[in-house]
Amino acid sequence: MTDITATSAGNATASPGRTLAGIFEAAGPLIALILLMLIGSLMSDSFLGAENLSNVFTRSAIIGIIAVGATFVITAGGLDLSVGSLSALVAGVTIMFMNSAAEVLGPGWQLVAAGIVCSLVVGAAAGLLNGVMIVKGRVEAFIVTLGAMGIFRSVITWLADGGSISLDFSLRDAARPIYYGQVLGIAVPILVLGVIAIVGELVLRRMRFGRHVAAIGSNRHVAFYSAIPVNRVRILTYVIQGLCVAVATVIYVPRLGAATPSTGLMWELEAIAAVIIGGTALSGGFGRIWGTIVGVLILGFISNILNLTGFISPYLNGAFQGAIIIIAVLLQRDRSQG
Amino acid sequence: MALLVFRDIAKSYGIVPVLKGIDLVVKPGEVLALVGENGAGKSTLMRIAAGLAPPSSGTMLLDGAPAPATLHAAERAGIVMVHQEFCLAPHLTVAENVFLGREITRGLFTDRKAMEARARDLLAELGSIAPVRTRLRDLPVSDWQMIELAKAFARQPKLILMDEPTAVLSATEAGNLFARIRAFREAGGSVIFTSHRLEEVKDIADRVAVLRDGQIVRVENTSDISEDAMAEAMVGRPLSEIYPPRRGAADRKALLSVAGLTSPGAVEEATLDIREGEVLGISGLVGSGRTELFEALFGLRPARCGSFVLRGEARKLPAAREAWGLKLAYLTEDRKGKGLLLGKSLDQNVALTKGAINGARWIDRRAERRDLEAAVGRYDIRAGRLDVTAGALSGGNQQKVLIAKTLAVEPDLIVFDEPTRGVDIGAKQQIYEIIATLAAEGKAIVVISSEMQEIVGLSDRVLVMRRGRIAGELSGDAISETDIIRFAMGLEDKAPQEEASH
Repeated sequence: MTDITATSAGNATASPGRTLAGIFEAAGPLIALILLMLIGSLMSDSFLGAENLSNVFTRSAIIGIIAVGATFVITAGGLDLSVGSLSALVAGVTIMFMNSAAEVLGPGWQLVAAGIVCSLVVGAAAGLLNGVMIVKGRVEAFIVTLGAMGIFRSVITWLADGGSISLDFSLRDAARPIYYGQVLGIAVPILVLGVIAIVGELVLRRMRFGRHVAAIGSNRHVAFYSAIPVNRVRILTYVIQGLCVAVATVIYVPRLGAATPSTGLMWELEAIAAVIIGGTALSGGFGRIWGTIVGVLILGFISNILNLTGFISPYLNGAFQGAIIIIAVLLQRDRSQG
Repeated sequence: MALLVFRDIAKSYGIVPVLKGIDLVVKPGEVLALVGENGAGKSTLMRIAAGLAPPSSGTMLLDGAPAPATLHAAERAGIVMVHQEFCLAPHLTVAENVFLGREITRGLFTDRKAMEARARDLLAELGSIAPVRTRLRDLPVSDWQMIELAKAFARQPKLILMDEPTAVLSATEAGNLFARIRAFREAGGSVIFTSHRLEEVKDIADRVAVLRDGQIVRVENTSDISEDAMAEAMVGRPLSEIYPPRRGAADRKALLSVAGLTSPGAVEEATLDIREGEVLGISGLVGSGRTELFEALFGLRPARCGSFVLRGEARKLPAAREAWGLKLAYLTEDRKGKGLLLGKSLDQNVALTKGAINGARWIDRRAERRDLEAAVGRYDIRAGRLDVTAGALSGGNQQKVLIAKTLAVEPDLIVFDEPTRGVDIGAKQQIYEIIATLAAEGKAIVVISSEMQEIVGLSDRVLVMRRGRIAGELSGDAISETDIIRFAMGLEDKAPQEEASH
């Protein structure tokens, strides 16, 4: 009778963490990261050097921050493909804003602060737009964010007139510390990623909001019938994603000092890959931020190893990322939602 | 010579045994009825026979040879199943559905004309005049059932398995189906069917097998067993014992009075009182708007109403979250789809609604654990370990978790929608006790149920629905199965609203 289909999920009997398989599943991404670092250290002497590690971490921070937002979206059963294009748009708009506001605010910290606020506003607005279209407009997340991806990319290309939008040279020194600065010997991007990851993990695991995000991803109808404000929570996940993209972009802008139509290209692939590698269920219902961070590092180190060793062309980096996503989802396939 | 033999068939899902050693023989040219409570294992046994689920152990023989193990092999061997949930494609036409996977072809192409003509004949044999070129989604559910049946007969089977074929049919339609089944039997075909309507079993079946908790407890020629004896074999004890004793009639205060509640396409102009300390039973056929009435009342579907008076104060219809805040709780009939997060732990499930209502920002895991332990004690949830997921529990225990989750918000009005569906008899009795205790505490209780005995056994007052309207009301000693069926079928002249609707 009808009660049978549910109980057939026999593998769902024990919570992860109790059995050996559970431990392996829980720590899988971490084990993969350690193996990867072992391989890296065997293949290149400079791999474990402080400079190289710091370099990989700093570069990974941008994708990492975006991926923290993606963890919320995916855990709630959504998807956001527009993050890469949004990043380019945020970068372009912010640079244009800073260039024109420089006359009023001068090339100091006030200008940088205004630029950050501008980024956050654009990011949050774009996220809100995505969320409202998906939730209130009842259009598939895939379609809305695919459309948004095209729109954002096209708008930045138009704004840049096909070329690039550059931060005035006179302003670059003010913005520079955001990417290149250090606090207590740790690069700023790594610190920002760390703070965002810890906050994200707390929200997802300890706060009612995070519980609701997972409940909605697990079964939206159950969430609705359990008095959870489903629409509000779903929209908020996209706003969080937009804010994360904005923060990542704030860090990215000082690195190159310009936005071009190819800024943030394929970042959505990397962010989603990191989330899935980290053990968050692609179908929603279970997410973990620390896993996402491990996922980002795995992707970062693969790219790094390809660059350092030269056995395989770095041009194939994207192929590796694509293959890893597929493998990670294959491994997830038999697992029940957590 | 037997057509199909089950020998010591057992089936379990995970750790939950569903069938325990079934021995049963189906003869050629006979109609065999499987009866039993929800969760007794009838559908599972059918699914095994149809090749949809492999048995965990035991053997099955068809015409003396090992029976086919897959759906396709079973169909080729002449066994087809008519499902309880419709397995039809809404966007295809009636004819296309009837021949789905068996299309009549001419050369490379499907022969639409031939299929349409044949589908018309097949439906006519069932007394149905459903238009064969119409897309299915434009037709009512009773037509769907007929199309499902036509599809089965179209395959010229030896054995048809029918799971609750009459659940959504009117009396006339059911009569047509029985005529068709008799003709099929004359031609040498066999039928296994399940039904909750025992008089139907008496009418059409040659033999009846009674299942209880995964075992066959009785097999008889239908001429040798009364309907009451079937029912008592199903529940395993005299019927009177499983329901809590009735409370005396009293003058009860209305907690909620609603007038003129309408939800487009589902509920029309419903007016009712829900009273403190009373169990209000809601009966009616599947699709008569029982569930929809209360979903509409609690903001779970679009609706409007003339008046909504709660605790003596008039207000507008509440939205979904608002209803919980007003201490109105709806306990869904769809435990898996709308009730529990099957992949999540028990404490998270129990805390879900309470947490969403009380608005605390941070999660207190220790308190959640304590709440779960208290619920396990109070509602006798049998889980073995407490850190399992909700999906790992049996139907009855899942239902108790759902009850615990709903009652955690301490509501004043609780709507139990099919509270014992897919629940074994022991848990059923416990759920009845929970309901009776709540009513005794002065809560207003509504029980929606398809099980007539449950309605009669539990209710102080009964509303019967038909086609989205409240067709009749019965209370106290006047509550009887016969009267409920009359109202539900529209045979009662006393229902003034009914005339207005036609």
